[in-house]
Amino acid sequence: MSDARQELARAAPVDEAAVSPESPQATVGDDPPPQTPLDTRPPRGRGDIVRWVAWVALAVVLLALPLYLTTPWLRVGEYVMIGAVAAIGLTLLTGQTGQLSLGTPFFMLVGGTSYVVLAGQPSEISDEEFLGFGLPPMLALVLAVVVAAIFGLAFAPVAGRVKGIYLAIATLSLVYLGLYLGQSLPYITGGTASGRNPEDLTMFGFSFTSNDPEISLLGVPLRDTERLWWLFLVLTAIAYVLAQGAIRGRPGRSWRAVRDNEFSAAVMGVRVAWVRAGVFAISSAYAGLAGVMTVLWFGLLKADETEFAGTWSIVVAIGFLAMIIIGGLGSVPGAVVGAMLVNGLPLVIQLLIPQSSVLRELTGGDNGFTPIVLTAFVYGLAIIAVVLFEPGGLAALGRRFTNALNSRTKPTKGN
Amino acid sequence: MTTFLQLTVNGLGKGAVYALLALGFVIIFRATGVVNFAHGSLVLLGGYLVYATRDALGYFGAVAVGIVVAGLGALLVERLLISRTRLADPIALALLTIGVDVIVLEEIVRRLGTNLPFLNAPFGNEVLRFGEVAVLRAQLVALVVGGLIIAAFFLAFRYTGWGLAMRAQAENREASALMGIRSARVTASAWLVAGALAGVAVVFIATQDFSGAGLSRGTHAIALVAFPAAIIGGLDSTAGAVLGGAIVGLTEAYSAEYISFDFSKSAVYIVMLIVLVVVPSGLFGTKEIHRV
Repeated sequence: MSDARQELARAAPVDEAAVSPESPQATVGDDPPPQTPLDTRPPRGRGDIVRWVAWVALAVVLLALPLYLTTPWLRVGEYVMIGAVAAIGLTLLTGQTGQLSLGTPFFMLVGGTSYVVLAGQPSEISDEEFLGFGLPPMLALVLAVVVAAIFGLAFAPVAGRVKGIYLAIATLSLVYLGLYLGQSLPYITGGTASGRNPEDLTMFGFSFTSNDPEISLLGVPLRDTERLWWLFLVLTAIAYVLAQGAIRGRPGRSWRAVRDNEFSAAVMGVRVAWVRAGVFAISSAYAGLAGVMTVLWFGLLKADETEFAGTWSIVVAIGFLAMIIIGGLGSVPGAVVGAMLVNGLPLVIQLLIPQSSVLRELTGGDNGFTPIVLTAFVYGLAIIAVVLFEPGGLAALGRRFTNALNSRTKPTKGN
Repeated sequence: MTTFLQLTVNGLGKGAVYALLALGFVIIFRATGVVNFAHGSLVLLGGYLVYATRDALGYFGAVAVGIVVAGLGALLVERLLISRTRLADPIALALLTIGVDVIVLEEIVRRLGTNLPFLNAPFGNEVLRFGEVAVLRAQLVALVVGGLIIAAFFLAFRYTGWGLAMRAQAENREASALMGIRSARVTASAWLVAGALAGVAVVFIATQDFSGAGLSRGTHAIALVAFPAAIIGGLDSTAGAVLGGAIVGLTEAYSAEYISFDFSKSAVYIVMLIVLVVVPSGLFGTKEIHRV
């Protein structure tokens, strides 16, 4: 209660955003279909079985894909999964809690760097080139996520107090900080010139990032790309399930309470500043994991040269926001679909160029519509369309579609 | 001491340009409650028009075209998109402007291709000397032009019917509408003015003296400085925007000299963070009081 009073006393800057319960946001985040604040689980029925079968089928397909897809296409999928993990984290922060952030690339940089440093072999040359602790890579991966979360928590004085759009501007400073630190600490980040290579991700002698030991399944040799696919799939699945669980449970309820009206949330006993800082740390941890995945995917950690182009830049931050808006703010499956569009489309176009003369003409030349430009057009337009016509994003469209199907079979079911 | 004076003049010159950006940003925020993430692409739009028309129209003609088109671009965003989403919440509106920004930015960068034109004025970049202090002429022009525009704006804001309407609407939209102020017209003019200010700013930004880089993606990034400038001064305070612009310009100039050039960009944002933590509503911003 004292917290609430403090919040009131401080009376942070104007933001009607989170306050109006009838804002489109309010309808967006109620993600798992029929859900009331008290009862979190709908009774089990036939729909549930259908859902389980669908999930298992999806899992089987995703697990089997490396046996059929070629390496470049697998890498597209892996890149989508990187985006999905970061976007899931961001949608918890932005969609569920109403806090906008452009700091995702910074925490990705923190996560990626932590992995490389923790797993890296300490160089035995006298003038040490790179810092490294030589921890087991799997442990380094987990610790990297923890480090990113700690960095997120360290931002609590800002993340807990500053709300809504203001946080987006505040987190913009993190991108610049990342840029500066990345450039000025080359013995940690590898610098901008050549970067540094991450340690092989191995567990019990099995490497996920190289072809060692050589194995094959159904006549398909399982090389680094295939292994990385499965690793990423597992990581993404964990990220997905944890996020859905949190949204359905107590944390999710407190997030949405803060988003919809921070003052009534405070009155209900939600510690607003804590919740804001906490969800920021969680989302940072997600970004950290995505950062580790990015470093593994590129096989390289390299600091950016500018704040507006590169792996950890503002453009990337905007891309993540685009993912979650298009997918539907607050929706975890929506975040994944958004990642497919924003991260997947440019790579897919790139892959299609050799096969299509139209694309070749379009993308070629000095002023060509490169895959990146085309994708930016698509997602820029998609953002505008979503805000104008369907504030719930693709998730809302999907829900409406399944509801329509459901109501045809079970007309009584409603929420 | 000489260096310090020189830095101060240069910093204020930059600050005047940042103030133009921040002012536009604040005008839009006061009129529509939109945090305009597309401000950077308005800057690019104006700059691109200057580049595209200057061979045909000469420098000043091209600058005029750039300013007008940047204003019209902003007006278009307001009329076509923002005015149709009156009921949407500020976050949705901010996201909308991000969508616009992505499209305009990528299109202009694509059109520029490998061309990164400087928008320098055709007359020389000589160094002026006042005793010990050497000042780049461009910085001085920026300071004077920026100062004049800002002064003109404040006079208009204070003494004209338009200014009164703007202030009334920012104070209470419904009451001002009931008093017969045409809300749509006020809002549209706010965007128009803000866009035009961005169009003025770019002529100074994309120069050798200011950023050392031609019109490019980097110009867009520089325009993002409007955020910290506006936040430092208070997002709903026009005077704060000017002060914020000056603070940002000086911070950049001092930190580039006394700490390191690479750090100067981050320094601006760190100052903003400190302000946000200590005075969340900015130096001159109105504190919002909630009743439960």
